[in-house]
Amino acid sequence: MTVASDFAEPSEPFRIGMLFNDKRYRSYTLQVITIFVFMLVVGWLVDNVIDNFRELGKEFSISFLWQPASYDINQTLIDYTSRSPHWRAALVGILNTLLIAVLGCIAATILGVIIGVLRLSKNWLVAKLMTVYIESLRNVPVLLWILLASTAFSAILPSPRQAPTLLGGGFVPTNRGFYIPSLVWNEGSLPLAFLFIASLIGAWLFGRWARARQLATGEILPVFWIRLAIIIVPTLLLFFVLGRPIGLSLPELKGFNFQGGLFIRNSFMALWLALSLYTAAFIAENVRAGIQAISKGQTEAAYSLGLPPNRTTNLVILPQALRIIIPPLISQYLNLTKNSSLAIAVGYMDVTGTLGGITLNQTGKEMECILLLMLFYLAISLLISAVMNVYNNSVSLQER
Amino acid sequence: MKTKLLTLALSAAAFATVATGASAATLDDVKAKGFMMCGVSTGVPGFAFTDDNGDWQGFDPAVCRAVSAAIFGDSKAVKFTPTTGKTRFTALASGEVDMLARNTTETFSRDVDLKFTFAPVNYYDGQGFMVRKSLGVTSALNLSGATICIQTGTTTELNLADYFRANNMNYEPVPIETNAEAQEKYLANACDVYTTDASGLAATRAAFEKPDEHVLLPEIISKEPLAPLTRHGDDQWSDIVKWTINALINAEELGITAANADEMSKSSNSPDVKRILGTEGEYGAMLGLGKDWALNAIKAGGNYGEIYDRYIGPKTNIGLERGLNALWNKGGILYAAPIR
Repeated sequence: MTVASDFAEPSEPFRIGMLFNDKRYRSYTLQVITIFVFMLVVGWLVDNVIDNFRELGKEFSISFLWQPASYDINQTLIDYTSRSPHWRAALVGILNTLLIAVLGCIAATILGVIIGVLRLSKNWLVAKLMTVYIESLRNVPVLLWILLASTAFSAILPSPRQAPTLLGGGFVPTNRGFYIPSLVWNEGSLPLAFLFIASLIGAWLFGRWARARQLATGEILPVFWIRLAIIIVPTLLLFFVLGRPIGLSLPELKGFNFQGGLFIRNSFMALWLALSLYTAAFIAENVRAGIQAISKGQTEAAYSLGLPPNRTTNLVILPQALRIIIPPLISQYLNLTKNSSLAIAVGYMDVTGTLGGITLNQTGKEMECILLLMLFYLAISLLISAVMNVYNNSVSLQER
Repeated sequence: MKTKLLTLALSAAAFATVATGASAATLDDVKAKGFMMCGVSTGVPGFAFTDDNGDWQGFDPAVCRAVSAAIFGDSKAVKFTPTTGKTRFTALASGEVDMLARNTTETFSRDVDLKFTFAPVNYYDGQGFMVRKSLGVTSALNLSGATICIQTGTTTELNLADYFRANNMNYEPVPIETNAEAQEKYLANACDVYTTDASGLAATRAAFEKPDEHVLLPEIISKEPLAPLTRHGDDQWSDIVKWTINALINAEELGITAANADEMSKSSNSPDVKRILGTEGEYGAMLGLGKDWALNAIKAGGNYGEIYDRYIGPKTNIGLERGLNALWNKGGILYAAPIR
């Protein structure tokens, strides 16, 4: 500070013009002006909204959220009837959005990794096929893929009355959706569930023990198979001992539609399939970039240490590639979540369909609904970013 | 720098005034533009469709054309904007269209809460159900468990929920945006039932390849008085729409048609006819229009009965009987206030 005041010593009296001419003040002036203009624009926008609301005789309020929604929603993950309030309809929509986002991200990641690795395959045909897949998926708007999937399902698949029951009645494709068996929890299934959870914990503990043993003795156990056995065998035994308490409910044609089993609507399938396939193409490119960024020397070094190819990939290449893959992966997850609002095109009742669609329309509260909707997408996007950033930090290079 | 800032602030202020100061007198705006903007549906056979030249025709556009003729003496000074069940109210409220003639049900909340003014009802309708004959369904009460195509953002969506709840039945709603989409889904058997206003069902069925294979169920589960609408707060403009429709209905009652209107305006001795056609009184001037406003409106597409018969009447392939929509003295409930 003293140094600075030394420099300022031959001070001339402050003039207004110095705000622009003098290097010392200019940046402050510009910032003040910028923030002034910014406030002006924001103020105008808000004022405009308030003015127009007053002119239309409307008032800003979200009390409509506690009025009965009065409409029905086909896919509800929680209890909902047409007498439920609008906020519950919005919640149903939010859960539907989250469902498609989570399942979409999982499917897109699995597919994307497989396709990305296959694109690097030494098999010319496989590599080229994957290139064609990636380029064609990436370069067509996802809305068209969604519509294509939806139209294909409703046009090609048979109506429920003509629908074939495949896999011994376990799978029924119709132009309204797919029916698969659902689990029926009879008496005695509770201990079975407990045992299953206990087996999972046991398998995890065994994994830790085997790892510690390997580190100590250098012996490698067939961990995967032993774990599989720990998970499956006790549960299966108890299942038969208790007299098969968990049954299957098979879909059956009754009246207009199939009853029983689990009904996966075409709107869901179309959206899920299109979003996953589309995003998988982008993820595949991220994976390829990540793998190619690892220098060949790493592989050669691993080989020279005697590691077999699959262990080289798992222990040397992938952990390093992940560091490069994860940041762009986050943005793909965000894209998928935001793209899920295209659900409206196929009638999947996500939050855009309930809160931003029917509720908005039946109550006429456009501003309130859209603001709430934006708030939700903002919150969910930030949440995904935060979670993925935590994961990214855990796999990124730990500098010591 | 200073001048830049000043211009910015000034232009922002000017922008604000322009943006907020619209929509005072719709009639003046419309006259200044030289045409009016009318919201119609995206297409329902008979009610709103584009002809071979791409011009909007049908029962609903005819109302807009009559209003346009009343203002300009020209039924073509209309710019049509197709709207879906979801976009229609926003389009009207934001001033994107000046009036909406789009089989819209008059309800309390739309009038009072959404701030619209409804013109007289130009079609009395009710919600019905269409199913395939082959299903063997004879009553809407047999529809429990059915998959039902329904246009979102409509009153039918709410009626349907109420009806099934009241009768303790369940159903699977398939939300769709437009009539065309519903038709595609219904024909592909992706839904068992299509429900909307009975007139819309009849019109949609008429466009099917084999209309005989489909049947409208006898139950009508709601009242759907369909009426054109305008924004709250501009009574002059709302009055023009209101009285144009009243003039068309009164014209049918008095026997004024598109063909004989000119002649009747000269020869008729009936004071009622003279008042409508502008040879007596100053009714046009009171609306801010010319003397011959109603004469032009009638000449544009004929009186109410002529419009009905041309687009949706028994002789068209839509084939809707007049029923409730006949004049009050012919067994219907169409009863227009007198022009005097």
